[in-house]
Amino acid sequence: MSSQAASGETDTILRQVLQDVLGLTHQRVAAFDADTGLFGHLPELDSMAVAGLLTEVEDRLGIIIEDDEVDGEMLETYGALLAFVQARHGA
Amino acid sequence: MIAAWPTPAGEEYAVAFDKGRAHRVLVLPAWFDESNKLRRFTVEVMRRLDGSGIDSFLPDLPGCNESLAPLETQTLESWRTEAAEAAWHFSATHVLAIRAGAMIAPDALPGWRYAPAAGSSQLRALLRARVLSSREAGREEDRDTLLAQGRQSGLELAGYRLGAAMITALAEAGLPASVSHRDIGQGDLGGAGLWLRAEPDYDPKQADALAVIMAMELLA
Repeated sequence: MSSQAASGETDTILRQVLQDVLGLTHQRVAAFDADTGLFGHLPELDSMAVAGLLTEVEDRLGIIIEDDEVDGEMLETYGALLAFVQARHGA
Repeated sequence: MIAAWPTPAGEEYAVAFDKGRAHRVLVLPAWFDESNKLRRFTVEVMRRLDGSGIDSFLPDLPGCNESLAPLETQTLESWRTEAAEAAWHFSATHVLAIRAGAMIAPDALPGWRYAPAAGSSQLRALLRARVLSSREAGREEDRDTLLAQGRQSGLELAGYRLGAAMITALAEAGLPASVSHRDIGQGDLGGAGLWLRAEPDYDPKQADALAVIMAMELLA
C-alpha cells in the first residue's frame, strides 16, 4: 500500500471513530478540517470519552498509543490528532 | 418487573420479564461506565424478547447499579459465582452476555455474547481515563505505577473503586474462549456500538436486530 493510501485510510477511520464516539452525522464529521477544535471545544469529549476514543483508534488501526504521548496539544484539533495517529500508523 | 435475588452479600435487584415461559434468558450487563451507556439498549432488547414470548432477567451484580454492596470487595471470581447463582435462581435456560459480561458468562448455559470485551481491555480504558483526567488536573500519573498501586491496595478509576483482587484479575483477564456461546458482533446489528458514545444514546434498530437474532434461534 502506498503511504498516500495509508494516510487516506487513517483519515477515514479516524473520522469514523469520531462519528461513533460523538454520535455526529457523517456530514458533520466529513466537514472537519485540520483546524476543527476537539478536546476543550466539544463538551462531549470528557476524559472517559477520550480514553474510549483512543482505545478504539488503537483497536481499529492496530497501533499502540502510550499515555505519556497524549497531551492537550495532540487533542486540540482534528489536524493535530490526525497527524499524531498517522505518525503511529505509518511507522 | 422488579425482582430480587439472593447473593452471599445480601439481596440484589433484577429487572425481570417473567411469565413462566419455556425460554428464560439471563442477561449479564456491560460493566462500569459502559453499563450506563448500554442500560437502555439492554432493557429494550429484553422488552422485545418479552414481546416475542421469551422471559429474561437482568440482575444487578453486587457492587453495581442499585446494589448496596461495596464494589471494592467484589472480585472477578465472586461475580462469576454470582452470575451462576442468578442463572440458577431464575432457572435460566440461556444467557446473553453484553461486552465484559462475557467474562462471567456461565458455560453451563448456551447463549450469546454481544460485542464481547476482555477484562484487560476494560481496565486499560479505565486506567487511561484516570491518567488523562489527572493530567487535566495538573497531576502526572502513569499507567504502570497506577497498576502496581492498584494490585497492592486497589484504585479508584473513573469513579469506580476497584479492590486489589479485582484489578489483579482484570489485568490478566483475556476474553475466555467461547465454548457454549455464539458471538454477535456490532456489525451484525449495524451502526456504531452505543458503549462508544460520549453521551448515552439509544438506537431502536440495534435493539430490534439483537432481539431478532436471539428470537429466531430460540423459537426456530
